[in-house]
Amino acid sequence: MEAAQQINTNSGNMGIGAEGDGDQLLTFILAGEEYGVDILRVQEIKGWDTATPIPNTPEHLRGVINLRGTIVPIIDLRLRFALESVPYGPTTVVIVLKVVGENTSRIMGIVVDGVSDVYNVSEDAMKPPPDFGSVIAIDFVKGLATVGDNMVIVLDIDHLLNSGDLVQADSVVGTN
Amino acid sequence: MTIDMEQFKTTYIEESHEGLEVMESKLLEMDAGETDEDAINSIFRAAHSIKGGGATFGFSDISNFTHVVETLLDEIRNGERVINQEAIDLFLTSVDVIREMLTAAQKGEAIDEARASDVKQQLEKMLGTQADDPATLVETQANPNNVGWDIHFIPFPEMLTRGNDVVRMFRELGELGAFDVQADLAKLPTLKDLNPEECHIGWKITLTGSVLRDQIDEIFAWVEGDCELIITPLADTKPTKQDAKRQSQAKQPPVKVTAAAERRVGAGAESSSIRVDIEKIDALINMVGELVITQSMLSQLGEDFDMGRCEKLLKGLGQLERNTRELQESVMRIRMIPISFAFNRFPRMIHDMCGKFGKKVVLKLSGESTELDKTVMEKIGDPLVHLVRNSLDHGIEMPEQRVAAGKPESGTVHLNAFHQGGNIVIEITDDGAGLDKDKIFAKAVEKGLVEASTVLSDDKIYDLLFQPGFSTAEQVTDISGRGVGMDVVKRNILALGGSVEVATELGCCTTFTIRLPLTLAILDGQLICVGDETYIIPLISIIESLQVDKKSVSAIAGKAELYKLREEYIPIIRFHHVFGVHTEKISLENGLLVVVEGNGYKAALLVDDLLGQQQVVIKSLETNFRKIDGVSGATILGDGTVALILDVAGLIRVAQSGKHQHPLNTIENDGVAA
Repeated sequence: MEAAQQINTNSGNMGIGAEGDGDQLLTFILAGEEYGVDILRVQEIKGWDTATPIPNTPEHLRGVINLRGTIVPIIDLRLRFALESVPYGPTTVVIVLKVVGENTSRIMGIVVDGVSDVYNVSEDAMKPPPDFGSVIAIDFVKGLATVGDNMVIVLDIDHLLNSGDLVQADSVVGTN
Repeated sequence: MTIDMEQFKTTYIEESHEGLEVMESKLLEMDAGETDEDAINSIFRAAHSIKGGGATFGFSDISNFTHVVETLLDEIRNGERVINQEAIDLFLTSVDVIREMLTAAQKGEAIDEARASDVKQQLEKMLGTQADDPATLVETQANPNNVGWDIHFIPFPEMLTRGNDVVRMFRELGELGAFDVQADLAKLPTLKDLNPEECHIGWKITLTGSVLRDQIDEIFAWVEGDCELIITPLADTKPTKQDAKRQSQAKQPPVKVTAAAERRVGAGAESSSIRVDIEKIDALINMVGELVITQSMLSQLGEDFDMGRCEKLLKGLGQLERNTRELQESVMRIRMIPISFAFNRFPRMIHDMCGKFGKKVVLKLSGESTELDKTVMEKIGDPLVHLVRNSLDHGIEMPEQRVAAGKPESGTVHLNAFHQGGNIVIEITDDGAGLDKDKIFAKAVEKGLVEASTVLSDDKIYDLLFQPGFSTAEQVTDISGRGVGMDVVKRNILALGGSVEVATELGCCTTFTIRLPLTLAILDGQLICVGDETYIIPLISIIESLQVDKKSVSAIAGKAELYKLREEYIPIIRFHHVFGVHTEKISLENGLLVVVEGNGYKAALLVDDLLGQQQVVIKSLETNFRKIDGVSGATILGDGTVALILDVAGLIRVAQSGKHQHPLNTIENDGVAA
């Protein structure tokens, strides 16, 4: 695994400012790991501001905010990934994303520790995520990209933000 | 170019539908015995436009069919034929056929040719019978001694701009017979003043040969209204009466054409359009003008502001607030259309149904000018149709039964609409048999909707009507009685945030009352505060707000809390429990209760504080998220934060189900439940 990434880095010639016709990724930091999303899906990046909580929804749904007259739900990605919750600091940002569903497209925000960088990653440089079996659900990972020495986890936001409680209308969450 | 054509097609179809409505309503007027020339002329004009447009846009089926209708109408218009019941019915059927054709054309589907040709044959048959009657023959129709025609054709200057081609018309005239033209250049301006797009030449045409008047009319049909046209038989140089009429008619149309052109612009390319009264637009423009003035006043004030001008600033802000509110109201009014749009279909419906059932019914409409939001209107149409059908089918008795009961032979169905508070109320009243509550109850038991032993109040019994699977009609007809419908009616009305009630007197009358909010976009709300959060309760759901009187609180089994309000016990819902909000004020003592009603249930919500009342703009949560139980939407408050709008019925449901974050039925140890 380690070796494979190494080779890939050397032959793929990727990294900051690398030329290529691949996808551009916006990466952000979450609990020390670097995650990436397709930059074309990013609507804007804004600082954290208080959200209006929505009753009887899972904890990771922080609530809704007013984005120039549109009501946009905000998801705390740390809580969504069952990571340890930390107080929001000055680098905490909300990345507003366009999420495409089966026949709808929605605007949603994710709270992350901080934005990192923008990379060009070509299609073939992206590795499929290894199967961890039941240890972690890997459905939300589109692939692993290598940038320099670091691994970037590329998220499938459509899958991530169209799942479970975020779309189903009939789920009144049970007692905590 | 093709796109342009499509646009006009849409407009044509839209306008034709309107034309059909005119035809229908006028025909029904005549049906009631009020025959007048104006009505026939309106019908004829509508048919003529539909035919002409149909030919232009390549809907030849429509134009061919309408042509036959038009010919028949023309005979009636010219007094060659007396209109009778049979003709009216046939015309109504024709209207249906044309409407079907238009709908098919709109959707690009195939036309039901069998039905069209069937009706067309009937029309032709009616036309054919006329020939047997020598009295109806008119000299203009076929003049055997005719040697030719003298035609004075003086176009209005703008005629050519409508795409009319004089050369083509002359060529067609030439095909009819020998033909001699003299141009009248008297009106021709000097070259300096000449506008090349205008027509200043008049023509004097002599057409010799045995030519039918109709053939000439057909050639000039397209320029009718754009020119002065005098057609006289050669033998007789005096204009006939009919021509004089035609001439006088020709004076009006140019105005009409420009009006139509304006409307065309308004209709636009969108599939869903709305026609707005010009008065409303003017009011809007005035208001925007005022707003601009206020704005400039305020910005001037802001340029060199000191505390001495504070009062002036406040005054300006007050004015701004007023302007904004008025502007908002006016903008909302643009979406408002009179309910006559929904009522208009009923005269026809009742006419058809009476024929089918052999019942006699008079439809009374009142309050047709009451306005409501277009979206609400679109959604209320079907439920209304259903209720009116029901009144006719189940309510009104057969004539002989009515006479036996000492009532007038024809029943009355009365549709009434009026505003009440922020609501529109629509009443459907029939003076029929009324609802028999024993019969309803027995039926409900039979269908297994209630236990035979249940004791229900009258209201609850009538409510059974709206249960799925309920029908008291002894016979299932294609009109009603299948037991689907009333529940759908109720559901649709509830979905619009409205309510429906029944009031009845056995053997006398039944009234269905529908209450609907005027608009779906704005709502009068009461702001409440729980913990750090602000919520909005629709004002319409609030019955009253009160401070808890400890003596009135009681608990069942130490769990469900009840509040005794006058003679009623109302369950208390601790709002912070249901919504999982953290708040300090968990004590019932000196707490505030807001008594709300939703879906027939009452509940008392324990809240921290009541804030102001205000109109809020409803924003959907579902656009970017999903539906939340107990929440109907969200709005943005003055400070830019989002506040949730409560759906009271849903909230009560959540509280009852117990499926929320905190178990509801544990009472905090706050000393109240002693």
